[in-house]
This record gives sequence, structure tokens and C-alpha cells, in this order.
Amino acid sequence: MARGPTSPVTSESQARRPNAVVQLTLMRLREIGREPGVLFWSFGFPILLSLALGVAFRARGPDPVVVATLPGMPTALHRALVQAGVRVEDLDPQAAATELRAGRVSLIVVPSALPGQPLIFRWDPSRAEARSARAAVYAIAQHAAGQNDPQQVRDEEIHDVGSRYIDFLVPGLIAMNLMSGSMWGVAWVVVHMRVRKLLKRFLAAPMRRRDLLMSLGFARLALIPLELFVILLFAQLFFRVHVTGSYVALLAVALAGSGSFAAIAIAVASRAQNTETVSGLMNLVMLPMFVTSGVFFPSSNFPAPLQPIIHVLPLTALCDGLRMVMTDGAGLVAVLPSLVIHAAWGIPSFWLGLRYFRWT
Amino acid sequence: MSSQQSSPAVFCHGLRKVYDGRQGLLRRPAPSVVAVDGLDLSIGPGECFGLLGPNGSGKTTTVEMLEGLLEPTAGQVGLLGRSWSTNEADLRERVGVGLQETHLPEKLTVEEVLTLFRSFYRRPRALDDLLSEVELTDKRRAWVGRLSGGQRQRLAIACAMVGEPEVLFLDEPTTGLDPQSRRQVWGLIAAYRARGGTVVLTTHYMEEATRLCDRVGIVERGRMVRVGSPAELIAQLAGDHVIELELEMGNDARLTREELLALPSVAEAQLSGEGLWSISSSQPEVGAAATLALVERKGVRLARLVTRKASLEDVFVALTGRHLDDG
Repeated sequence: MARGPTSPVTSESQARRPNAVVQLTLMRLREIGREPGVLFWSFGFPILLSLALGVAFRARGPDPVVVATLPGMPTALHRALVQAGVRVEDLDPQAAATELRAGRVSLIVVPSALPGQPLIFRWDPSRAEARSARAAVYAIAQHAAGQNDPQQVRDEEIHDVGSRYIDFLVPGLIAMNLMSGSMWGVAWVVVHMRVRKLLKRFLAAPMRRRDLLMSLGFARLALIPLELFVILLFAQLFFRVHVTGSYVALLAVALAGSGSFAAIAIAVASRAQNTETVSGLMNLVMLPMFVTSGVFFPSSNFPAPLQPIIHVLPLTALCDGLRMVMTDGAGLVAVLPSLVIHAAWGIPSFWLGLRYFRWT
Repeated sequence: MSSQQSSPAVFCHGLRKVYDGRQGLLRRPAPSVVAVDGLDLSIGPGECFGLLGPNGSGKTTTVEMLEGLLEPTAGQVGLLGRSWSTNEADLRERVGVGLQETHLPEKLTVEEVLTLFRSFYRRPRALDDLLSEVELTDKRRAWVGRLSGGQRQRLAIACAMVGEPEVLFLDEPTTGLDPQSRRQVWGLIAAYRARGGTVVLTTHYMEEATRLCDRVGIVERGRMVRVGSPAELIAQLAGDHVIELELEMGNDARLTREELLALPSVAEAQLSGEGLWSISSSQPEVGAAATLALVERKGVRLARLVTRKASLEDVFVALTGRHLDDG
């Protein structure tokens, strides 16, 4: 029918025509804001996780050295070990072997059969704690046998803010949380909208396809400053973890990382027709990064041939970027490589997602 | 506009949809399914056309191909003299779509949903106008999740009408609604038609088709088996009146179609269920008396005999041997 004078379209309504990207982004933000569960997963959960991990690692003193001794141990050596703080378990050979295998004792001390013959230290060199137990017991045994220390040593223990495990852990946890939040927050919503036929309904309207996909990313990015603020405040109050570098650089890394993960999520969810499929795909993408990207321990622990690959993974770039800013005091220029890696993942992923997106 | 006045608002020719049987990533072979099998249709501007058929007959597949949401395997689709492949952006502005089921975002208010849809159109209708048309002004700040079924359906129709479309597709607009909500939806469709809009709807409610549609097409197994106005179809296929004759259990074989067709005034007779004959008759008083006489003569046990005016339902039974709501 012609848009004649009877048509209800007026120039006034055109003038106040809302913007599609803004409206689509608002749709997501409203859905998130009106769903208390979502708030818990984006704010409560990461805080609980870092609290649990932080408490587990914060007050951890040196582990006691635990050794097994077999029957016939000289009393002097036994006493010396106990006095030096070594936990000594008197066991028969079979029980001692079992405990060693289980890792409950680090070392078995076998007394010499005849005077003048050597003590035997039985231990597994692939265990780090066994190596340090061996060194400790060796020194105690030498002292007990009358050795004097020719070289004086004074210990200085480091408890400085910035070099503790928690200082390493918090940026890793933030990175991990930004990744899971962006990936699940986008991929799940895409599949949910597909299942509910909302995507099809939008497609039946003159909506530009990229507007919807972009708005999913924007809605996610809009929450990042708040999410960062809450976690950093918590880390500050409970663990005295500070941001030593530039907040602008920190926000830039967090936004670039979240944006690239949101784009990867769009690619991952572009074809999935149910939540089971998308969950599987998401784990396939995220699990290798959780393991290798240095969230809980430095990624340098992995073999050298893997390093070039690990280095360009988006989660590695995010962890490294956040750590550089938070603990090494880096500014915007120093985190540029991290930003470039995120762009290199994000832009092609978004394009692929848009290209192969299944709307129905 | 004047050159298009005479050309159809919606047309399709040789429309066909075959679902490739291969499934999943591994492309496991499975039998392919022909959902729509060579369907022709032409709907004039301002017309209200109803596609009738049981579930699984291919109505929704047909409509979604007309709406440009599903790629036909073969055949042509044209709307307003254009095609989806070359003029999608333009057609989307001019065609409104109500899907069979859309779950609009539950946590958004009515007003927010309409504002969202308004943002997609170049020339959207004013918000207040839309709200008052679908009688949701009172509910503008209510979450979609808190609306009744009828209110949700009116909101879905409002979303389809945001661009003041020239063609409006509605796939089962009143399925599952209570009678009052159904009449409200009918009112919306009638008002839209009064403004000159073309409507294509699917339904399996006879009353809906009879009331709203200028013409109906009966779809069966992906084919259009008959097209015409409800009155024409009833007159052609069901006679003026129907005599329903129900026999007691086990008496099916005691009467034959030939015996019934030989009776005066009887045009058609069909077994449309267990022991249930539908007999078309131009003069029910003659036909019913003759039927009763036949039943008595053959000693068949009669359960029920009813005469009534023929309806689209009878047309459907006559064409397909099934009732519309047989699923």
C-alpha cells in the first residue's frame, strides 16, 4: 500500500528513530542486569575463586621435610633430624617403599649395615621436594657426624608485595575470568537466541546482521570496567595486590582481550544449533589455553618447541599484558604487542563468524 | 505503484523444498524429505489468503520460503514485483513477518521490545501508535515474560507491523489462544486489511479461515490441492449440507460408498473415521430420510445421525480424508 497521508509514519517518528546497535546492546545489558544469576557469575564467582586460591597459596610456609627411616637408625642421627624440624617416620622397608611411591615421604634413609659403611638415601630425582629433602638430610647427617660449616650464611626471606605467588595469580585469574565471561557470555547467548528463533525473527526485520553481532561484543565490553574495578578492589583489600602500572594500559589490555574473545565466541557459536554442541566447542577452544597460557603457573614450564604457539594464544597475551601492567608497572606502549595479538585473533574471528553465521 | 496494482503482491511458481537427508557433521545419510513439492500461488494486493493444512503438510516451510527466510530447493518467489535474491534490503522494509513461535526477550518490557524493532526500520511507526493499536498501552512497562499468551501474540504482531508493511505474513497467529484473544487478533488483522494491507496466514482453524480469508489454499503433503474462496470450496466439494452418520463398532463394512451415493440428493460419501460417514447432500431432509431407510433395510446398528451446514472442515475431509486437527 502506498505511504499516503493516512499512513501513520510521520516525520517526527523518523527524527526519533532509535539506533539499532545501541538498542541491541541495551537489550543484552538489560537482560544481564535483570538476571541476578548473571551478576553472580560475572562478579561473585571470580571473587570467590580468587579468595579460595589466594587463601590456599597466601599463608603457605615451607612444607616440612618428611622422611622415612628404616629400623636400625643411629639414635644420634634420628635426634638430629627431629631437632632440625624434619618429620621422621620409622617404618619397615615395605611400608617405607609404599609411602615413597605415594609421595607421602620424600626420602628413605637406610641405616648402614656395618659401622663405616655409607648411609643410603633412596629417593626419586624427578620430584622437586625429594631433591630438597635429600639436600637437607645430607647436611644434617654431615653435621651429626661432626662437620663444621666453613662458610657462614645469613638468610633473607622475601615477603614483598609484588613478588608473591598471589601477585602472579591475580592477573592470571582476571585474564581467565575475562576469557570465560566473554566466551560464555557471547556464545551461550547466540545459541540461546538461535534456539528461541529470535535470530530468525531479527533476520525477518531489516536488521543489519553485523549490528547484532557487534552489539553482543559491545554489551560485553561495557561491563569490563565495572568487572575490573570490583576484582581489583577485592584483590587490593584482601591480598594487597596493587596495580603498579598505568590503569589506561590495564583497561586497554582488558578491553582488547575481551573483545577478541567475544569475536572468537561468535565464530565458535556461528553454526551451533544447541547448547550441547556449543559447550563442547567452547571447552575445546578454552581448555588448552587454561592449561598452557600461564594462569596458575608460568607458561615457560612447557617445552621450548611449544613456546612460539603458546606465546601467540590470546589468553597468554592477556595474562602477560595484565601482569606487565599490574606487577611490572608497564604503560600503554609496553602492552602494544598484546593488543596486536588480540586484534589478530579478534578481527578474522568476527569476519568468519559473520560470514558463516547460521541465523535459523 | 500503479503498474504494480494488477501484478500479484505475492507469488510463487514450482516452489519446492527438499531437506537433504544427511545429518550432522559426519553427514550421515538418511532419507531426504520433500516438504514442499511444486507449489504455485498468486495472491493479489489487498487480499487475505489462508494456507490450510494439518501439521507437517508444508505450510510453515512454504511461508518461510515466501518470507525469504528459507532458501527454496527449486522454484521462484516474487513479492511486490521483486525477489529476495536481488532486493532483500528493500523487501525487508516492506514485508512484515510473524513467525509461528518467537520467544521475544522475556526480561525486556513491551516498550523496549518495540523500540528495538523500531530501530531496524528506516521509517518506523510511532511507538504510542503501535501500543494503542495492539491494546498494550497499559502494559508498556511490563516484562514480556509476564504477559499472557494473547498479549504476547499481539506484541509479536505489533513487531511485524512496525514498518507498516505492505504484505503481512502470519504463521498460525492464533494457535493456542483463548477465544477472546483470538478475536482480538482477528480484529488486528481486519484493521490492517482495512488500511489496504495484503495478508498471508496459515491456520488450522476453520472459523478463522472462513472469517478472515478471501481465498484459502488447501495444502496436503507439500502440494496445493485446491484454491478458492471458502464459499466456493464448500459449494464445490462439500455440498450445502453434511449428514454425519456414525455406526456402532464393527458395522463399518455393512454399508458401501456405492450404496450411499445411489441415494437421492447425495453427492459424495466418505468414511472419515472409525464408523463415521460424511455424506454431502443438497437436500438434507431427503438425504437423511433415505439414509435412515437404507440403514434400517440393511439392519445396521446406528449410533448417531446429525445434519448440519457444510464447512471448510468438510472440504478438508473431502480433499484429504483427514480432519484438520488430526496433527
